[in-house]
Amino acid sequence: MKYLDEYRDAAVCERLLGKIRARASRRWTLMEVCGGQTHGLLRWGIDDELAGIVELIHGPGCPVCVTPLESIDHAIELARRDDVVLTSFGDMLRVPGSAGSLQDARGVGAGVRIVYSPVDAVQLAARCPDKHIVFFAVGFETTTPATALAVRQADELGLTNFSLLVSHVRVQPAMELLAADEHCGVQGFLAAGHVCTVIGYEEFHAFARRFQLPVVVTGFEPVDLLAGILACVEQLESGRYTVDNQYSRSVRSVGNRDAIRLVDDVFEVCDRPWRGFGNVERGGLALRPQWRAFDAAVRFPRASLPVVEPPECRSGDVLAGRIKPPQCAAFGRSCTPDSPLGAPMVSSEGACAAYYRYANRRTSLDVTAGDDGVSNDVRAAT
Amino acid sequence: MCLAIPGRVVEWIERDGLFARARVEFGGVGRDVNMQCTPDADVDDFVLVHAGIAISRVDADEAARILEALAELQLDEMDEPQDGREAAPPTRR
Ligand code: SF4
Repeated sequence: MKYLDEYRDAAVCERLLGKIRARASRRWTLMEVCGGQTHGLLRWGIDDELAGIVELIHGPGCPVCVTPLESIDHAIELARRDDVVLTSFGDMLRVPGSAGSLQDARGVGAGVRIVYSPVDAVQLAARCPDKHIVFFAVGFETTTPATALAVRQADELGLTNFSLLVSHVRVQPAMELLAADEHCGVQGFLAAGHVCTVIGYEEFHAFARRFQLPVVVTGFEPVDLLAGILACVEQLESGRYTVDNQYSRSVRSVGNRDAIRLVDDVFEVCDRPWRGFGNVERGGLALRPQWRAFDAAVRFPRASLPVVEPPECRSGDVLAGRIKPPQCAAFGRSCTPDSPLGAPMVSSEGACAAYYRYANRRTSLDVTAGDDGVSNDVRAAT
Repeated sequence: MCLAIPGRVVEWIERDGLFARARVEFGGVGRDVNMQCTPDADVDDFVLVHAGIAISRVDADEAARILEALAELQLDEMDEPQDGREAAPPTRR
């Protein structure tokens, strides 16, 4: 398939690997910010190919994983109401809350529906006027245009039975926290290609200067990942720290202006608690006051029950890159994809799920990587 | 969740407004995609689609330029000597 196959070309990958090995005079530590990149690196065995040359620390870019437990509990609470149908992306369903997941709630009769897009939830609201449809809105800047569009469409259709439980997050404030942490050994960042597709990368110039760290906007296919790593290593070897764009077929420096306008119209920056990070200043987006009629948290405030984190789960340390998943004592023992203790074992972008899934495959670069290949990726995304 | 997949615009269904839509094909699978954020995409252009909406038009010239540069990477750094010149041996560890 065009724009996928070319970027899975084994010969090009080999050349890039050769060039990275030739260029690196020492071992460098990079962080890939996005969980989709983490899965790519492990799926194609890139981390193993570069062992001893480039250490990859997995970043917090898994929206499902950083969604605070309070929000998940709130979503479950809403789903249990007779008058509500809670909709969200499939990834959210199995994330454990304080007592069970949305899927467990659905098993005992709660109204929970998976949607592929927030605009599908709007259509559902239009078809079911006697139910209130809540969309559980999680995700980074990549996803916010779709959510903002849903609000605008619901408004245009005059719907009063649609609202959002908003848990949107912004990636740069978390990168700043990581970069400012003296224990964080990250020497360069691979920025998330699809986040930058929406918001651009102009804001990263000040970040790179302030922390004296290279930032390379990077895509998701093996050629993209390796080109991003190479560009980052080149900067480090020559003592530079600027912003590079290695995903230029999709990312422009100013981002997508239509998408930014849409998001700005509906959302404003707010502080937000992140799982594993605590409160992140300016780390989230909330509905602007004029759209409060679409705020499920205003309509149906959360009963303030205590949240219960499973004590064995070290997802906070995994998300902040302090440990790798196999260092969690529960990994692969009491915590597996079939009975996950924490969100990183559930989500298709969670680091724990990636380590579990690719544990046996990670021997050498294999761009045809067994499984599913392109067609499955298409199925997952469409 | 930040996955976005490239698909080819087959046909515009609705050109304007919040419900702007096109038929987009992903390796033989067709789907209606909201096009509000990619109003400039033409039929046969590729768009990256995430959660039901197109978030960018793939820049075909830029993609070709980068792929060419990647092809040259080989000639510069690690291929056989050409025109009788000695190429630097690849340094591998
Ligand atoms: S392996 Fe399971 S228990 Fe351990 S950090 Fe990951 S999700 Fe939590």
